[in-house]
This record gives sequence, structure tokens and C-alpha cells, in this order.
Amino acid sequence: MTVTQLGMPKVFHGTGNIAAEESFTSFAGRELKNEQLRANLGFATHTIRDKRAKVVGELPDWELLRTAGSEIKQDVMARLPELLEQFEKNFTERGGKVHWARDADEANQIALDIIREQQAEEVIKIKSMATQETGLNEYLEENGVSAVETDLAEEIVQLGEDKPSHILVPAIHRNRSEIRDIFLKKMPHIDKDISDNPAELAEASRHHLREKFFRNKVAISGANFGVADSGTLSIVESEGNGRMCLTLPDTLISFMGIEKLVPTFQDLEVFLQLLPRSSTGERMNPYTSMWSGVTPGDGPQNLHVILMDNGRTAALADQVGRQALHCIRCSACMNVCPVYERAGGHAYGSVYPGPIGAILSPLLTGVEAEENNSLPYASSLCGACYEACPVKINIPDVLVHLRGKDVDAKHGKGEEGNKRQAPDQMDAIMGGAKAMFSNSTLLSIAERGLPAGGLAAGRDHKISWLPGLIGGWTKYRDIPEPPKQAFRHWWKKNKKNGPKQRAASDRVDVDALIAKNSGLAEELHRRHAGEAQEEREEAQEQAAELKKEQRREPDMVRREEDLLKGQDDSSNGTTGEGTSSQEGND
Amino acid sequence: MRIALFSTCIVDAMYPRVARATVDILERLGHEVVFPPGQTCCSQMHVNSGYFDDAYSIVKNHVDAFSDWDYDVAVAPSASCVVSLGHQQPMIARHAGDEGTAIAAEDVAGRTFELSKLLIDVLGITDAAEQLGSYFPHKVTFHSSCHGMRIMQLGTRQSDLVRTVEGLEFEELPDLDQCCGFGGTFSFKNADTSGAMTADKVKNIESTGAEMCTGGDVSCLMNIGGALSRKGSDVTTLHFAEILASTKDNPLEVSGPVALTTTTGGK
Amino acid sequence: MSEAKAEILRRVRASLADSPEAPEVTRAYRTESEKSAHDVRAMLIDRLLDYKANVYEETMDSVAERIEKLLGKSARYVIPKGLNLDWLPEDSAARRHLVDSGNGQRAGSLTDRELDAVDAVVTSSTVSCAETGTIFLNASDEEGRRAITLVPDHHICIVPAESIVELIPESVRRVNPERPITMISGPSATSDIELQRVEGVHGPRTLDVIILDGQ
Repeated sequence: MTVTQLGMPKVFHGTGNIAAEESFTSFAGRELKNEQLRANLGFATHTIRDKRAKVVGELPDWELLRTAGSEIKQDVMARLPELLEQFEKNFTERGGKVHWARDADEANQIALDIIREQQAEEVIKIKSMATQETGLNEYLEENGVSAVETDLAEEIVQLGEDKPSHILVPAIHRNRSEIRDIFLKKMPHIDKDISDNPAELAEASRHHLREKFFRNKVAISGANFGVADSGTLSIVESEGNGRMCLTLPDTLISFMGIEKLVPTFQDLEVFLQLLPRSSTGERMNPYTSMWSGVTPGDGPQNLHVILMDNGRTAALADQVGRQALHCIRCSACMNVCPVYERAGGHAYGSVYPGPIGAILSPLLTGVEAEENNSLPYASSLCGACYEACPVKINIPDVLVHLRGKDVDAKHGKGEEGNKRQAPDQMDAIMGGAKAMFSNSTLLSIAERGLPAGGLAAGRDHKISWLPGLIGGWTKYRDIPEPPKQAFRHWWKKNKKNGPKQRAASDRVDVDALIAKNSGLAEELHRRHAGEAQEEREEAQEQAAELKKEQRREPDMVRREEDLLKGQDDSSNGTTGEGTSSQEGND
Repeated sequence: MRIALFSTCIVDAMYPRVARATVDILERLGHEVVFPPGQTCCSQMHVNSGYFDDAYSIVKNHVDAFSDWDYDVAVAPSASCVVSLGHQQPMIARHAGDEGTAIAAEDVAGRTFELSKLLIDVLGITDAAEQLGSYFPHKVTFHSSCHGMRIMQLGTRQSDLVRTVEGLEFEELPDLDQCCGFGGTFSFKNADTSGAMTADKVKNIESTGAEMCTGGDVSCLMNIGGALSRKGSDVTTLHFAEILASTKDNPLEVSGPVALTTTTGGK
Repeated sequence: MSEAKAEILRRVRASLADSPEAPEVTRAYRTESEKSAHDVRAMLIDRLLDYKANVYEETMDSVAERIEKLLGKSARYVIPKGLNLDWLPEDSAARRHLVDSGNGQRAGSLTDRELDAVDAVVTSSTVSCAETGTIFLNASDEEGRRAITLVPDHHICIVPAESIVELIPESVRRVNPERPITMISGPSATSDIELQRVEGVHGPRTLDVIILDGQ
């Protein structure tokens, strides 16, 4: 654990699989060269994105639900100590045991102790972000306990000795034939003639795991929600492996970040609407389980929950960044993110990828941990994530805030105050630009250099203040030829400002004009809306054709055919393809 | 009405023709345009790059430049920069502990409009051909910049105005809501990812068969145009103000691609 | 209080030193249906079918016959101890029901492996949400303990017509969090392989829903 201090209360950062070992920039640069990965990701994110948009559009009160979700989570953060104690009291009164873990190691140790008490050598697991965060599987392995992932995608990742690349569809980077090969290699009793049809592969998984569900006495889960006023825990899933783990074993250990609470059972009415639609693009996921302590004769009789800090209090101390703790792990931000779509989940280093990972990971570890300071820059700040977030986390604002923290740290004003770095190229660009942008006379002089200098002449201060005019830009784009004359010089020569001040009688009542014209934009929009919609559909079709031509791999063609089949199905009143594994349990 | 023009730094230095088009449109409508000479930049590049301390003096400069003059509204041919005024400048001033500048920044931002918003919501323009005499006999597609679309909630104002230009053939752009990959310093700090995004945007633009791609932020258009040029495409980019400013008497000349200096790629 | 607990609470309080405001939650979203019972029921059927459940509408007179058909060749099926026996077809040489006591630790309950060996399960349900096509089981005597609706491969679930509501908030109000809750929306499913949906992984692969009138 890193402890840092800056004339402020101590902040305790998290440990585990939440720090990038390599910068996002260099990892992404490599991943972008993998055409198959990019094709898989593009297909996956666009499919889920479209489904989400459709089911969100069904709810007339979606924005009101988002508002309520955001407010409930703000309330949780403000009253966290009280709610944690209330949850503990209620869960304990109903026969459960609550443990507290300051960091990843402590959480893992608590779980191992319980497992040893039960003398178990194998445990079954429900997909859980929290245990990925703590690196529980590796820790148990080192201590002689094997942890069996039971979610299909996690199973594929585990058997393939691979890493998840998406919190919702962790094996999205694998195609069916790769999965078949993994199963053939790793499942002892599998039919050697199995095809790569997903239904057959799922069937193989069912048989492989069924015996393990019956045999094992200890299960480990995350938790989507913990309810303070009823002591309830909840798991949202699709395949039924969650229900198996939550129902059949004697002992259940649930890892839960301290931020996953909601105050009242009634609050679930909001999140049970927000989560599935945002995450798998379904009206509801196939299965949701809730339990409030022990029920005699029904389900595990030995119930544990591990309340985990692991950097959450550090995130909470950040007044701008604390909203990242509102996250319900739906992955909508990933699916709409143009950066995630190209770079993929692995490039983010941490178990939390995508836009939310780009803020959450550095908040949990501190922006100075390993390469986590590269994450806040992994965004064009397009804002698609904020728009999609069901609890309105303003990810772009937090990204910018964290960039500020990174620059402060670089300049020796970070949490680890002594780490001042030598000025770099960005410092030079920003410093030069600051001087000119703070003083129009200096800027005007610099602009005189535009026509004469052009670009060949000097890559020094003359062009440094133009955003992007360095190597990375010219790797993919040309630079426009500078104009002969900057606008301010043209203005000075050809136009003239009137006097600074005017008679009061010359002033116009702008508010009155705006009131008069209210509705005009809407009217104009409507005038073109029908035409625009038709054109848009036509344009999308054309683009789809174009993309099809560009993708000739048999896998991709088959995927498209499946998708089309799915669409045909849904037009017949049944569902298309789509759901997935546990919705980012944490 | 007296309208103060905030040209924005990139238009001032790289695309003066866009500011001139903006002046042209507003004067055609009979308004007085002033150009507060102290202006430079909104500070967005510094803010988005995390240089909050440097940004502070730029914010102060902008607030001073625009508080000093008496005008009814200010206008900028950029949604992104206008968003920065209201969204980032007060934050930066408060970050520096300067509440006075924060309040002054909010005041200036409250009076500064993005061009299409000014034209429609304040000046009541809904038909560019009729009310501005706009004429542009070309096949054009339109890229919707993220900040206007998502933060400012501009809706379809810019493209709706473009659609009302006489002679113009409008082609809808597929994946309209997708970022072009610019993102300020993102475009060179994460050049590979940015380049991949831009490449997809360019493919979509080319699929429309349009001669040119317009939009409301020259930074995005510079990015898209730079990639089109690198690809050797004949498609060019231009700001929608240039299209609105073009008339039958004084048409915008667009013979061949807009001149671009080709530089050798890479560092 | 454990050392870890005390320290975490201390850290949380320190992080909240700026005393952020706890906002009043605006619950302006829909909490009461404005649709007719007929429309709500039609919506439920539509959504259940959408998620690949089979739906039947029956009365007290026809329900047993329907269950008989659905059981088909099933030889043994399990029911929870409080299920209304009037709903069931008569046992025969080829088919009989097994009653689960509801307490897995006491006599009269089936083991997990015994449940795996039965062909089907028949239960009632507490409330069903039309908007999402979701059936809520709340571990009552008519629904049984969680394992009996999980391990068998075929779940025949009775939805009393009067237990249908439109909205999630209406549903949440009707369940008791003190008992286990299982929300079911169609048979188990996965799309983990190339996003292609496959029905039936670990949970029951067939979900038959009988909407029952006039019980």
C-alpha cells in the first residue's frame, strides 16, 4: 500500500490489478495493428451499442431514472460511514458475517482463511470485477486452492490462460474457432468432434461445470448492489452459473467495494432498470438473485461479505473524481467509446478498461502509480461516455481533472511532492502558447511570422501553439498551409472597431429576441427531420455495404449472417442475439 | 445589434477566411461587428492538457478582452470554444482561487453564442437562401462536432441551416455521432488511436460521394481535411459559415482541393 | 470493532471532510401504471415471448390439462410443498410429482443430485413485471427454495393473472427482501461467444409460463 501525504489527511491507495505496467499509448499502438481484434471489437461494440439505444429508447422516463440513479449514489457517498454500519448490522442480524479489508491483500487473505476453515481445495466463482481487482485467483492458486470461473466468457479466458478485455463480454477478443480449440485442449471429457457452433460450445461448458456445481462447497462472488436498510446483496447475471454458485454451496464469500451500497431496498427499482438496459441492451437480464443473510434450509448457510476499500477512500477524497464511485459496472461507456473500440480493453492495463477505467484506475491507485498517468489521456473527450452513463458520471470532466493532477505531479506539486520532472516537450508547447495567449500583442507578432515562415522554416514557437503540430499529427495527416494573413491583421487593415462604449439606447434586448425565437430551432429541425432520417438510413446502408466489402474474413462474414438472422428473429417477435454474462458484477 | 466576434485562436491564425465569412454574414444582416483586439484563445487546449495554471492567465486575458467592450452578444464560429468559455473558464478561475474572474467568465460566457445558435435562436434565421442569399451549388456532407452535439446540445442547427442553402445537395454522413479523432492534444499524444478514428471518419465521408465535408469547428475539419489530403482524396473541408457566406454574386471559389502543404509523415 | 473496520471508517470520514451534500432523491420516474390490466397483460406476454419463454393462458378448469401437456413424457417432477394441487394433473404410472419440503437440511427435501435427475419443476410466482418480462420468485411455500427452480432443466411457472404489474417499481414493492428473491426473464442465456445468443446454459433451458385466471 502506498501512503501519501501533502499537508492533507493521508490518502490510502489501492493495490492489485489496477495499475497499467505499460503506457496506454504504446500498448494501444500495438493492439491497433491487430486487424482481427479490431474487427471483433468494432462488431461487438456496435452491436451492443445499437441494442442499448433501442431499449433505452423504449423508456419514456430514462432521463428521470438517470437523475435518480445519480442522486442516490451522491447520497450514498455523502452518508457512506452510516450506511456501511447499517448494512453490517442488518446483514449480521440475519446470520451473515461481515469482514472489512483495507486493501487487495487483506481481502484475499480473509477469503483464503474462510476457504481453509472449510477445508476446500477448489472453489467455484461467479464473474466478479472485485476479485479480478484483488487478483484473488492467482493468490488462491499460490496457496493451493484452485478457483474455477463459471461464467462462460471467464471460463474461456481462464482456460485460454488469457486476460479479460471487456467487463461484460470478457472474451470478446476471441472468435468461435479459437474457443473450440481452447475447449478441446482443456476439457477432459469433451466430445472430440465438437463443432465451433456457439450452442454446442455452451453445451460443453454446461456439462463441464455441472459436476463442479454439485461437488464444491465454497463459492465466491462479487455483488452488484448491497442494500443498507435490508442487508440485501444482489447479483445480476444471464447464464444461471451465478444462481448455481449462490444456491448450491454451503459457504458463500462475496467481495464488495464499499461504494456498492444503496440506501434502501426501494432504490433497487431504479438500478434494476438502469443496469440491464445499459449493459447488455436487454430490458432485463435473465436472472437476478437477492439474498438478505441466511435463509434456513435454502442456499448457503455460511455467508460472508468482504467490504473492501482498496483505494476507494482515496477516490472519495477527490471532490471531482469521487463520482467515479457511482459506477455500476454496466460497460455502456466502453461500448460507445471510439477509443476503446479501436484500442481494446487490454491497452488500459487495469482490470477496469474503457472510459470508466481511465478515471477509476488512476483514482484508486493515485495518478502517479506505474503508467496509470497515461490513462486520463486515452480519450478525445468526445463525451459519448457521459451521454451513455446510466448514473451520469461526467467522465470527460474527471479525465481533464486527472490530467491536471498529472501535470501538477510532473511539476512537483503532486501527492508525492518530490517527484518533479525535467520540463518536456508538452511543457515547452504549453509554456510558449501560454505566453502568447495571455497577451494579444505577443500573439499578433507571432502571427506576422505565419506567411513568411510557413512550416518548413521552423518547428519552434511559431507553430508550437497550434494544437497538434508535432510528429503524431503528421504521421496520419497533412498540415494546412498557413494563410497569408492572420484574421486580426486583416481586420486591422480592412475594418474598424466602433467605440468601446455605446449609448444605453443602442442596446438590444437579447433575451426578448431569444424568447421570441424560442421554438424556431425545433421547427427548423422538424422541417428537415423526415428527409434527414431517410438520408441517414440510406447513408448507414451504404456504409454497411462498404464495410462488408472491406471485411472478407470468413469469420466476419459468418458473424454478419448471424446478426442478420438475429434481426429477422426479432422482427418475428422473438429476441435477437444479444445477452451476455454477468453484468460487470463487482 | 452590436456583435463582438471571438474569432478563436485557430481561426485567427489558420482559417481567417472563416472569421471573414462570419463577419460577412452578420453585416449582411445589418449588424455591427466589433473585434475586441485583446482576445486570443479560450484556453481549452491548456485545460484539456491539464495545464490549469497556464490556462488561468489565458482565461483572465479572455475575460478582460470581452468585459472591456460594450456589445449585445458575442459570437464564435466554434461550439467547442464557446463550451470551453462556460464550462471550463469558471472552473479554472476557481482552481486558482479567483472567484471574481470566475463570475466575470460566467457573465462573458452567458453572452457568447456559437454561430448557428446566434443565427437561429437570436437572429431568427431559418432559411439561409432567403434570408442570407446563400448559394452554393455543390454536393456537401456534414460532420457534427462532439462538443456542439453533446455538451452544447446544438441539435441539428448547423446542418439544418446548411440544408437551406440554394443549390446545395446535402448528403447525410454515416456514423454521424462518431468523433473524428481530433481531441486536441489527443491527436498527437495518442496518434495511433486518433489516426484510426480519423481514418474511419474519412471512409464514411468518402462513402457519401460529397465533394466536400462541412462542419462547425475548424479544429475537427483541419483533422479530417489533413487526413483526406494525406490519402490523396479530392474531398475538401470547409466551415459552414463559408457556405452561408457564399452568394450568387460573390460565390465561394472551390476549384480543386484547398491548398495543403504536404509534409513527410512521422517524427 | 475490528481494526480494519475502524480504519476504513476513519478513512471514509477523512475523505468526506468537505461534507458533501446528500441530495434529496427526485423520484419523478414512473412508479404507477397508467395502462389497463388488459394492456399490461398483453405486454407481459409479448416480452416473455421476446425472451424465448413459452406462454399459455389458462383457467382453473384448463390448467391441469395444460401442465399435463407441458410435462409430456416427463416421469418425475418436483413441486414446492405449498403448491395448489388442484393445478396439477393426476399422477399416473408414468408420471408422478415429488414434494420438496422447502428446507434443504431437513428430511423431505431433494438433494441437488436428485433435483438434477427430475424432469421438471412446477411452481407459482409472486409478481410479474410486464415492461421487462420478469417473473419474481420470493421463496414462499408455493415457490419453494431456490434450488428447485434452478437445477431441473424445465420450469413450468404459474403466473396468477392478478399478480401482473407493468413496472419495476410496482414489482419491487410486492416482494419481501427478508426472503430470497429470484428474478427470471426468460430461460438462461449467453452471448459470450461472438455475441450470438444461445438459450440455456446452466439454468433451466425451457421456461413455460402459464398465466392463470380466476384462481
